[in-house]
Amino acid sequence: MAKSKSQKSSNYLNPYIGGVLLGIVLLAANFVSGRGLGASGAIKSTVVTAVSAIAPNAAQKSEFVKEFRQSHEGNPMKTWLVFEMLGVLVGGFLSGALSGRLDLKIEHSPKISSRRRLVFALAGGILFGFGSQLGRGCTSGSALSGMAVLSLGGFLTMMAIFGTAYMLAYFFRKNWI
Amino acid sequence: MGPLSVNGIISENTNLFLAFIIGIGFGFVLEQSGFSSSRKLAGVFYGYDTVVLKVFFTAAITAMLGLLFFSLFGWVDLNLVYVNPTYLTSAVLGGIIMGAGFIMGGYCPGTSFCGASIGKIDAIVFIGGLFLGVLIFGIGYRWWSELYMAGFLGSPKVSEALGLSDGIFALLLILVALAMFWVAEWAEKKFPRAVY
Repeated sequence: MAKSKSQKSSNYLNPYIGGVLLGIVLLAANFVSGRGLGASGAIKSTVVTAVSAIAPNAAQKSEFVKEFRQSHEGNPMKTWLVFEMLGVLVGGFLSGALSGRLDLKIEHSPKISSRRRLVFALAGGILFGFGSQLGRGCTSGSALSGMAVLSLGGFLTMMAIFGTAYMLAYFFRKNWI
Repeated sequence: MGPLSVNGIISENTNLFLAFIIGIGFGFVLEQSGFSSSRKLAGVFYGYDTVVLKVFFTAAITAMLGLLFFSLFGWVDLNLVYVNPTYLTSAVLGGIIMGAGFIMGGYCPGTSFCGASIGKIDAIVFIGGLFLGVLIFGIGYRWWSELYMAGFLGSPKVSEALGLSDGIFALLLILVALAMFWVAEWAEKKFPRAVY
């Protein structure tokens, strides 16, 4: 078992090759759809759909939902990013299956408990979800895709994400090292 | 020729089908590069694993050069390619909040789906947080809509903002990336690699 574990960590693709392949995927997205990749947009679509189904009155009054509907005609789930993110789940699963990494587990540093890891994962997710709406896209849609088309906003968001994470790294070091 | 869907070369349904195929490629490459592991992702902020920096910048440069070449070959009309608009205040403030989420949660939205796809429970909980965060933004929208719309500059390119041509800026970005890769390789040797 120990051997297979050490194999797992070295089993990853060379990062520069991974980067070129990811760049080709991003190029393909732009060539096909005229837009880059994204992730948080699919979550927004799902939230708008869920709120409209559960609380239709509140959704009708919501400026957030109204603006979304103005920029997206038809069913909010029938959008490019929703289909792309479904693909991400399939692609990630296939890759994990091929490399023997399918495993239901909570990944965390041995210095912290699973519970602490999950509390921080939830808090981090809430912040990232909120920030992705304010910043009009996340690491994929705003930072990576924005950089590829030389968007000023994309570069600013990228620098703000990584700069902040570096500045705060010291305070959360116990979670990771 | 390109972008195919904008020019009406492919139908809307074909476009969505290709979105699914491109997504498979996206998820596959992320997972193969190790982006399904929060400890590997967070490594970039402590120097013990800089895969994020290497993959991220190599990908941005590859796509950027690809688009420039495609444009030179006449394969894609860059005027029809979406350039993310710039709202100064929210671009920076949103990025700051996302950066805090990144160091706390260890994932970003795309990578959390990748982690969830291979069974990482922490990634699934992070995704739960993402939905809550988007919901909170939506519910309180009127409180921050002014902030959200502030500092609108249109869709400027960073090259324009710096007074450079796209080509010169691309070259400079490649040089900066090479310098960062060099630092990254140095950091991985200097800081012990955690076993995970």
